[in-house]
Amino acid sequence: VSVYKDPANYKPVLAKLYGMLSLTGQQGPSGKPDLGIIDEGASSYLRQYWMAQELPTDEAVIGWNDGSIKDYHNMNWTSGNEFVRAMYDRIFVLVTSCNEFIRETSDAKLAERGISGQAAADAKAYRAEARFLRALAYSHALDLFGGNVPFVTEADAVGAFLPKQTNKQDLFAYIESELKAIETDLAAPRAGEYGRADKAAAWTLLAKVYLNAQVYTGTARWNDVVTYTNKVIAANAYTLEPNYQNLFLADNNNSREIIFPITFDGTRTKTYGGTTFLVHAPVGGKMNKDDFGINGGWAGLRTTKAFVSQYEDPSGKTDKRAMFFTDGQNLDINDIATFTEGYAITKYKNVTSAGVKGSDQAGDFVDTDFPMFRLADVYLMYAEAVVRGGTGGDQTTALGYVNQIRQRAGAANVTALTPDFILSERARELYWEANRRTDLIRYGRFTTATYLWPWKGGVKDGRAVEDFRNIYPIPASDRIANPTLTQNPGY
Amino acid sequence: NLSVMAQGQTLTGLVKEVDGTPLPGVTVQIKGTNRGTQTNADGVYQLTNVEPNATLVFSFIGKTPQEAVANGRSTIDVVLADDSKSLTEVVVVGYGTQRRKDLTGSIAAISSEEFQKGNVVTPEQLIAGKLSGVQITPPSGQPGGGSTIRIRGGSSLNASNDPLVVIDGLPVDNSGISGASNPLSLINPQDIETFTVLKDASAAAIYGARAANGVILITTKRGQQGDQLRINASVLGSVSVNSKLVPVLSADQFTTFVNTYGTAAQKALLGPANTNWQKEIYHPAFSVDANVSASGTYRKMPYRVSLGYLDQNGVLKTSNFQRVSAAVSATPRFFQDHLKVDINLKGSIINNTFADQGAIGSAIAFDPTQPVYSGQERAFGGYFEWLDGNNPNTSAPRNPVGLLNQRSDKTTVNRSIGNVAFDYKFHFLPELRANLNLGYDISSSSGLNFVPASAASLFNQGGQNNESSQSRTNKTLEFYLNYAKDLKAIRSRVDVTGGYSYQDFIRDNPSYPTRRADNTEFAPAGTPFKTQYTLLAFFGRANYTFNEKYTLTATLRRDATSRFSPENRWGWFPSAGLAWSLKDEPFLKGVTALSALKLRVGYGVTGQQDFGAVLSDYPYLPRYTLSDPTAQYQFGNAYYRTLRAEGYDANIKWEETQAINAAVDYAFFDGRISGSIDVYQKKTKDLLSVIPVAAGSNLTNQLLTNVGNLENKGIEFTLNTNPIRREGLNLDVNFNITYNENKITNLTKVPTPNDPGILTGDNISGGTGNKVQIHTVGFPTNAFYVYRQVYDESGKPIEGVYQDLNGDGKFTIEDRYRYKSPNPKLFLGFTSQLTYGRFSAGFVLRGNVGNYVYNNVRSSTGTRTGLLNVQGAPYLRNGSTEVLTSGFVGGSDQYLSDYYLENASFLRMDNVNVGYDFGRVFGKSSSLRATANVQNAFVITKYQGLDPEISGGIDNNFYPRPRIFSLGLNANF
Repeated sequence: VSVYKDPANYKPVLAKLYGMLSLTGQQGPSGKPDLGIIDEGASSYLRQYWMAQELPTDEAVIGWNDGSIKDYHNMNWTSGNEFVRAMYDRIFVLVTSCNEFIRETSDAKLAERGISGQAAADAKAYRAEARFLRALAYSHALDLFGGNVPFVTEADAVGAFLPKQTNKQDLFAYIESELKAIETDLAAPRAGEYGRADKAAAWTLLAKVYLNAQVYTGTARWNDVVTYTNKVIAANAYTLEPNYQNLFLADNNNSREIIFPITFDGTRTKTYGGTTFLVHAPVGGKMNKDDFGINGGWAGLRTTKAFVSQYEDPSGKTDKRAMFFTDGQNLDINDIATFTEGYAITKYKNVTSAGVKGSDQAGDFVDTDFPMFRLADVYLMYAEAVVRGGTGGDQTTALGYVNQIRQRAGAANVTALTPDFILSERARELYWEANRRTDLIRYGRFTTATYLWPWKGGVKDGRAVEDFRNIYPIPASDRIANPTLTQNPGY
Repeated sequence: NLSVMAQGQTLTGLVKEVDGTPLPGVTVQIKGTNRGTQTNADGVYQLTNVEPNATLVFSFIGKTPQEAVANGRSTIDVVLADDSKSLTEVVVVGYGTQRRKDLTGSIAAISSEEFQKGNVVTPEQLIAGKLSGVQITPPSGQPGGGSTIRIRGGSSLNASNDPLVVIDGLPVDNSGISGASNPLSLINPQDIETFTVLKDASAAAIYGARAANGVILITTKRGQQGDQLRINASVLGSVSVNSKLVPVLSADQFTTFVNTYGTAAQKALLGPANTNWQKEIYHPAFSVDANVSASGTYRKMPYRVSLGYLDQNGVLKTSNFQRVSAAVSATPRFFQDHLKVDINLKGSIINNTFADQGAIGSAIAFDPTQPVYSGQERAFGGYFEWLDGNNPNTSAPRNPVGLLNQRSDKTTVNRSIGNVAFDYKFHFLPELRANLNLGYDISSSSGLNFVPASAASLFNQGGQNNESSQSRTNKTLEFYLNYAKDLKAIRSRVDVTGGYSYQDFIRDNPSYPTRRADNTEFAPAGTPFKTQYTLLAFFGRANYTFNEKYTLTATLRRDATSRFSPENRWGWFPSAGLAWSLKDEPFLKGVTALSALKLRVGYGVTGQQDFGAVLSDYPYLPRYTLSDPTAQYQFGNAYYRTLRAEGYDANIKWEETQAINAAVDYAFFDGRISGSIDVYQKKTKDLLSVIPVAAGSNLTNQLLTNVGNLENKGIEFTLNTNPIRREGLNLDVNFNITYNENKITNLTKVPTPNDPGILTGDNISGGTGNKVQIHTVGFPTNAFYVYRQVYDESGKPIEGVYQDLNGDGKFTIEDRYRYKSPNPKLFLGFTSQLTYGRFSAGFVLRGNVGNYVYNNVRSSTGTRTGLLNVQGAPYLRNGSTEVLTSGFVGGSDQYLSDYYLENASFLRMDNVNVGYDFGRVFGKSSSLRATANVQNAFVITKYQGLDPEISGGIDNNFYPRPRIFSLGLNANF
């Protein structure tokens, strides 16, 4: 392809690979979409990932009538669910796009095109980042679809073929080996440009995969969690953002806590997905749009009472992370479609830490970046691994990390850690950051009766659902396009 | 006068053909009277009481009429010669003409006398309802809007279903240009002489890869050799009125509703006014259509020039369409007529003013208790608007009147089509002709869309002042040789054509920044777009007629398109047709009642490569797309416009339609009853479909590729009758009906029995991304895909309760079913024209049976939560009276219920017209005619929405088709 003759084109191609996490197409905010079939705004990778991770949990409900969106919270999705499909399609479009770039920037191809020196060195670094992004996408395939997904690498050229299905063990091993293989080629923590994946991003992703290894492969890897969280912490490149709220504001790109962001900009990175969704969709009722730096809310997202009760004091006075909007909102939800039922959440905003509205004059699109990986999560992963018996760390350090997080929130220190406490602390610290489903599954509480929340399983008081719902079905559309695929059990 | 009557005597005689055989069924009429008779089976006639100086007129279809003065004779025998004109009556076919008698394909021709009358703005509306197998869905009420034309159902899924249009031998670009909703809208209907529709593949295959959806050949009016200067001037004035409003709650009903179901805060929002918002946005609209043309012969060169001016106002306030059109044609001849040059130049300028059609939906949704004007002149142009703080509430509807008045959206489109055809008859071999046709089709548009900063609709952005432009440049070169000869010795006639065609299409869409009303930049320009493709073809046709009874036509075309890879770009498109004139067989010669009987069968293969620029002109190539400045990604402090690798199918190739047609053409009683019955089947394979690709195999999740099969089959029946044919009184009654069945027979590369199909159609209003249509194997294209509503004992729908159709005990999205489709099973036309002396009157009735429409107005506005929005900053919303009928609360899956699917079968009086001919009021060769028309006079339907005829089948804020009353004058000098 002629585009690769000029090394100046490599960075724009790499930018697209990253951009596939935030943008929906080549025209902002919509137009020339990456995906077909689904509404473009809803086709955003981050928006879909967020919905798949948050809507089936206690942390979020949505009041809209968009196709089968309600099936997420009701936990009765089928293989025909278009949102499950959009997530799946997003993963594979990112994977194949990364494959194309990795294939076209191989050492052999670079040499063939006479690209050498700095340009070749840059291309090598870009290639490593593309491999990181591919590993990230595959880690989502492992987590959401149980790893029983089509598997392609740069060895599979673009064409009309039927990719073979892999399994969770093999996919786990592949992700692990890829992330370890690129470690040397990635920039040192915070040494590269903002927005690009560095060593710490790869370590954090490894830690996350190891954290859930028991779910993924049947074999726990707590020691490895400790090893890789330690690497991130020991890099000394990250510090907790002093003010928790600032992590979710229009100027959060300045934060030294964020390890890997998905970036957005109100004028240059316009999309209806991503953080534009996360800022607009929770605003409704009596909430003042100006507080959020936008021109109006979309009145969709709220939370359940079960999540509110994770805080001893949900007023925000003793824990600043409890950012609920309660005026005119019922704590209980009788009807998910009604915005005023359930507390609203004010976490994401399009105003800067100085209170200035974001760059889009019209108030449609936001500047707020999404903190995909951040230090507090790394601390909590470390703590959980140690508490669960991982070696290479210690309880005192773990407790110290957890208390640092709590102190920032203005919450009281704790004196001991239990796995259950950490799950709850993760909810308080990391809610609405697309972790909850994975966390609940790791604790065996996603489908079971151990933990119920309002409207879990589609009934008001909540009910257990079938265990097979711990992973999503392979979309029916892909089983038609690729009849060699077998469906996940139960679907 | 008794004495004259008494002088009459009986007159008899024998009418024979030139070869001496008696001719039965010949009309014998006493000139100037209503009296007449017909010859019997032996060719003998008898008339009584004939004045000695009476003149008899003998006429028979296909024969030259003859007159004979009685001169007191009692016997008059007559020989009727073949009418060379009717025998050589020719029909325009692809690349030339053919004798009607020799046609083997399904070809329908209609000329200007039979066109629809009245305020007809775009050419295809001239033939709506007139031809079987040709379904013309007229445009919405938007001035200058274009119709949807389907010939024998659509043969494609994602590629174009529009027929190829050929104007004066020049195949034109079928895709629209922004600012002109239909490429045909740039042609003045007044300039058109004939429409010929090539319906079956054996007729259309000469156009090969562009003919899968049929071909429409348009010839324009031209001067005739030897004509004196004639000037025709016409003017038509019309008034359009809106005939129906969407039933919504009145101010009183709305107040009651809010007071019954609303919260205290909502009740407090009710206003004091009583506004019928729909009445506020529509008005009676006036239109003028004036045309003048001159034709004649200048130094033996026939010519015609015409000028047209159309100013059409829409019933939706602020919408307007103006067209100035000019056409010149000239046909000079050289070298003792051996070289004929045919020059056609057409040009038009359209000034289109588009209303903000969002006002149609807003007028349904706007609270009727609020006034149009707020009383505060400075805020939002003085219009009442729902606010959130000091800014417009972004989720509330905007003031419909404000939407209309606070937008100026104007586009100017220029188009010129021209061609010059050189037709040379060889000096040494006059049967051989060479024809070279050089043509161009150039159009450009430029527009400006202005919204003031004060307007609520774009208040947050600061209004807008956006430029746009587009241009298209298409070039054509075609050359063919034709050899036609009567071989009398072997009672044969041969007509052979072979040629070459080259067409090139360039589209250029520059990009402009988004500007605020004060002209400052709000967002930078995107990536401009320019694309080109080329078509090449070699084609040939042989037509052989034996004994004037048997005709064989065979065509072969080899096409290439630059849109496919060199390995795939050439395709073969053959056809063959046979016709047998049974009437000319000895055993039917004597059947007097039968005046013609012909059997035709045909088979042909046509192709398709027109999937529009959206899907790119280069779908087989790996390519990268640069993102716009609004879709950049941040690295460090810099933002990068990104490069995306596009999905592609290197092996993409032609879609192919194989069609068979069998038909009978018949005529009885001297042609007073005639018509045809056609049976056809079209099978499309390798459909150019956009389908999901196997995840991981390509760079996108769906791709344009060759997958699937589609079938259309049907019957067409045409009946033309002439029950009264007398001097001074004539009545024509014509009827046509078409049954078409459309079915998808395959959609996947690998057979998959449980394939649910591919969701399709426009997103409905309500929710985001909701679709109610699907392509599924075994069902028609665009079938509706909905839940089956459950009703209570009283027949009321139970909200949120649907049948568990897959029987798994759960209600899931898999419980949707496929039910009906927007395509009619039957469509028919019924037309009649009466002439009595100087009066004339006629009508065109048109109907569809079995077409269904999803009433999105009812589904999206007819629920309690739809009206009482409690989600964000407060406002009220009106909606369909459906809210009182079903009582649905809403917020459930009600959108996908079949409750909103309605049978939209209809019968529409398209046109009623009367005319009066004043005769030669200006002198010897002049005429003056006055006409009055009502278009869209009435519609009979059970459909509850504004109009049952919704292209695509989703009724969502449709710009209503007006009822149009017109008065016209037409003068000839």
